[in-house]
Amino acid sequence: MDSSQFFGISGIAYILAMVAYIAYLVFRNSAVGIIATTITAVGFVSHTMAFFLRWKEFYEIGQMGILRAIPLTNLYESLIFFVWCLILGYLIIEWKYRNRSFGAFITPIAGMALAFIDISGMDKNIHPLIPALQSNWLLAHVTMSFTSYAAFAISFATAMMYLVATTDDKKSAGYVFWTVALGIFVSVLLAMGIDFLVFRVAVSSPESFLKSYLFKATYRNSSGAIVLGSYLAAAALIFAIWKFGHVLKNIITSFSLSPDVLDDLTYKSVAVGFPIFTLGGLIFGAIWADQAWGRYWSWDPKETWSLITWFVYAFISMRDF
Amino acid sequence: MSSDRKNNSLTDTIWNIFSSVKLAVVVFSIISLTSIVGTVIEQQAEPERNIKLLAKFVGENFAPTAFRILNTLGFTDMFRSWWFMSFLFVFAANLVICSLDRLPKIWKVVKEPIKPLAPEIFSTMSIKREFVVKGKPGNASEKARAVLKGNGFAADVREDSGAFQLYSEKGRYSRLGVYVVHLSILIIMAGAVIGMIFGFNASLNLPEGNVSDIAYKSESMQIPLGFEIRCDNFDVSFYDNSDTPKSFKSRLTILEKGREVIKEREIDVNSPLHYKGITFYQSSYGYSPSKDSIFKFMVTSNKGAKEEVNVKFGETFAIAGSGVSAKVIDFSPALAMDESGRLYTYIEMMHNPAALVEFSENGQQKYRQWILARLPQTWKVADGTVEFKHLWGAQYTGLQVRKDPGVGVVYLGCLVMTLGLYATFFMGHERVWVRFSEEKGGAKVFVAASANKNKISFEHKIDKITKELQA
Ligand code: HEM
Repeated sequence: MDSSQFFGISGIAYILAMVAYIAYLVFRNSAVGIIATTITAVGFVSHTMAFFLRWKEFYEIGQMGILRAIPLTNLYESLIFFVWCLILGYLIIEWKYRNRSFGAFITPIAGMALAFIDISGMDKNIHPLIPALQSNWLLAHVTMSFTSYAAFAISFATAMMYLVATTDDKKSAGYVFWTVALGIFVSVLLAMGIDFLVFRVAVSSPESFLKSYLFKATYRNSSGAIVLGSYLAAAALIFAIWKFGHVLKNIITSFSLSPDVLDDLTYKSVAVGFPIFTLGGLIFGAIWADQAWGRYWSWDPKETWSLITWFVYAFISMRDF
Repeated sequence: MSSDRKNNSLTDTIWNIFSSVKLAVVVFSIISLTSIVGTVIEQQAEPERNIKLLAKFVGENFAPTAFRILNTLGFTDMFRSWWFMSFLFVFAANLVICSLDRLPKIWKVVKEPIKPLAPEIFSTMSIKREFVVKGKPGNASEKARAVLKGNGFAADVREDSGAFQLYSEKGRYSRLGVYVVHLSILIIMAGAVIGMIFGFNASLNLPEGNVSDIAYKSESMQIPLGFEIRCDNFDVSFYDNSDTPKSFKSRLTILEKGREVIKEREIDVNSPLHYKGITFYQSSYGYSPSKDSIFKFMVTSNKGAKEEVNVKFGETFAIAGSGVSAKVIDFSPALAMDESGRLYTYIEMMHNPAALVEFSENGQQKYRQWILARLPQTWKVADGTVEFKHLWGAQYTGLQVRKDPGVGVVYLGCLVMTLGLYATFFMGHERVWVRFSEEKGGAKVFVAASANKNKISFEHKIDKITKELQA
C-alpha cells in the first residue's frame, strides 16, 4: 500500500468520526462516543503511517537526502499536516478533559480541510524541491505555521462552544454572531459535501479531478436557479440555527462543560498558537525569504495575509485590557 | 501637573486618543482592510493586468476608470504609499504612547516585592482556602515552608502576635513581557526604516567571465558597488530526466582595484555572498551566448590517453594520439527531437546543451555526432570518448544585489519579540500567602493566592499545595 491509500483511510475515518461525534452529542449514548474516539484514533494512526510513507516515497524520488524529503513542501502536504496536528491536539484535549463533546466541533474543521483538498483539484503529486525550497528555515517555518493554525482552529471550536454555552437571548449580539457563523460554516461544509458526492463520486475520469469543483454543485453552479436555491437553502439553514440554537446550548451544558473551562481552553490554544505563529510563521518565514531572495518582507499576498492574521490574534491576546 | 491642564489640553487630548486601545483597533482594522485591497490589486504591475482584473469586478466599461481612481489613490503600489506609511506611523505612535501611559502603574507593581497580607484581606482574595491542622502555628508553618519550597515557592515568614504568615511569589518581572513585545515591534519598524533610508535593492545579470562594478536598480538607474564582482562560473543542475532545476550555483570573485579579495566563492539560492554590507543572492539565470564562449571537453582516445580540451565554436582539436581531429559545427542550448525525428531547440535556456561535433582524419570528413552534456551515452564516438563538460561563457547568473543595514536591527527585534512573547504567555506572576493562627487543638490555616495568567491551572496548583499542607 502506498501513502495515498493510508491518507484515504484516515480521511474516511475523520469524516465518519465527525458523524459519530455529532450523533454522540445528539443522543448522548456513550457507546457512540467510544466508537467515535476509536474511529478517530484509527484514522490518526493511519494518517501517521501515511505521513512517514510519503516521506519515504519522497526520499526515493527526491534525490536530496532525508531531511529535504519531509512532506511539507506544498499546499496539499501542509493541509494534510494541519489536519494531523488538529486531530492530535483534539485527542490530547479529549483525554485530558475526559470529555468527548469537543469532537463534534473540532472534527468538522478537519472534514472541511479534507473536503477542500479533494474538490479544489489540488496537485497531490510528489515534486522534487526547487532550489528556493531547500532550506531548513522553510522546514521550521511550515511546521510551526501549521501547528499554530491547528491551535487556532481548536480555539475557534472552543470559542464557538463558549458562545453557545453563554448566550441564549436571540437578540443579543453574541447569539446572533455564533448562530450566523455556525450557519455559514455548516452551509459551506454541506456545499463541499455535495460537490464531493456530485463530482468526486459521479465523475470517474481521473484527469477531471485536477480541476476545481469547489461550490460548482451549489453556489457556483452554471444554472442560476441552483445558485439561487443554494443561497436560499443556506439562508434557511442559518435561520433555523438561529431559531433553534438554544437546543445546542442545553446539549453542551449537559456535558458538564463550564464556560470557564471553555474560555480557559480558548485562551490556552491562542496562547500556544500565537507565539508559535509569531516565531515560526512570521520570523522564520522572514529569515527564509531573506536568505533565498534577499528580502525579509515584500508585502506579497501570503505575507500580508499572515500579518493580518497576526494582527487579529494580537488583538485577541490583548482583549482583557 | 493639574495646574498645567488647561494649557496642555490639546496635548492631553492627543495623549488620550493615542493611549487608547480603541484607536489600536481602528488602526489595526484600517491597515488590515487596505492590505486586503493590496493583495487583490497586483502591486507594481503593468496597468493592463489590473484593468483586466478589475473588469471582473466592475465590468469592462468601468474598469479603466476604476483603475485610474485606484492608481491615483496609490493602491497600485500601496505598501510604499504615503498614506499607508502614515497608518504605520500612527500605529507606532499609538503603541509607544499606550505603553508609556500604562508603564508607571506596572512598574510600581514590578518594583514592589510581595508583602504579607493583613488578616482581614484573606477572605477577599479570589483564590482562598481555609482549614485546620494539628500542631502549633510555629511548627505547622515550618512544615508548610517546605511544602511551598517543593512547589517552587521560596517563602518568607512574618510573625505577629502568635500568628505566622508565609508569603512568596514567582515571575514578578514577567509582567513586563508585554512591554518587551511592544518594544520589539518598534525595534523591527526602526530596522525597516533604516533599511529604506540607507539601503537599496538592485539586480545584476552577470555573464560568465564578466566583471561589473555597478548594479541596476532599474534599467536606467545604476548603483556603484565600490568594488568589482566577477562571475567565474555558473552552473545549473537538474533532477534526473527533467527540466526541474535541482540547484543553481555561481562562483563569484570580488576584486578591489584589480586585486582579488574574495576568490571563487560559491553561492546558491539559500546561501548568499556578503561583502562590505552588500549581499549577492542567486536569484535567476539566463542564456546569453557569444562567439567567445568556450566548449570544455574531456577527450579520451581509444588507447586511453586523456586530455582536457577548451575550444571555441569552429576551432579544431585533436584526439590525442589518433590522428583524428574534431570541431564543433553546431550547437543547441536545449536539444529535443520531435515525433518525426527532427532535432529542434525547445527553450532558449541551457537546459540540455548539445554540440554537433564533426570528426576528420587526414583532411577527410569522417562522421558527425551530437554530443549532449546531460546524456553520457552520447559521449562515446568511434575514435574515443568526448565528454561534454560545459559551455563556458554562454550563461549569465542573475544576482539580486541588496544593501540593508537595518536587517540586524530587524533580527534583534525578532529576538526581543520572541523573549517577550515567552514571558507574556508562558510565565505569570503568581503569589501565595499562608497564615497560621492559634486554634483549639491545632492551627487554623488561611491560604490566599493570586495569578495574572492561567488562573485555572494555578488554582489546581493551589489545590495540590492545600492537600499537601493538610497531610
Ligand atoms: C501588532 C502589534 C501588537 C502585538 C503583537 C501586541 C501584543 C501584545 C501582547 C502579547 C499583550 C499581552 C496580552 C496578555 O497579557 O496576554 C499585549 C498587551 C497590551 N497591548 Fe499590545 N500588541 C500590539 C499592539 C498594540 C498597540 C498598537 C497598542 C496600543 C494601544 C497595544 C496596547 C496594549 C495594552 C494596553 C496591553 C495591556 C498591557 C498591560 O497589561 O498593561 N498593543 N499586547
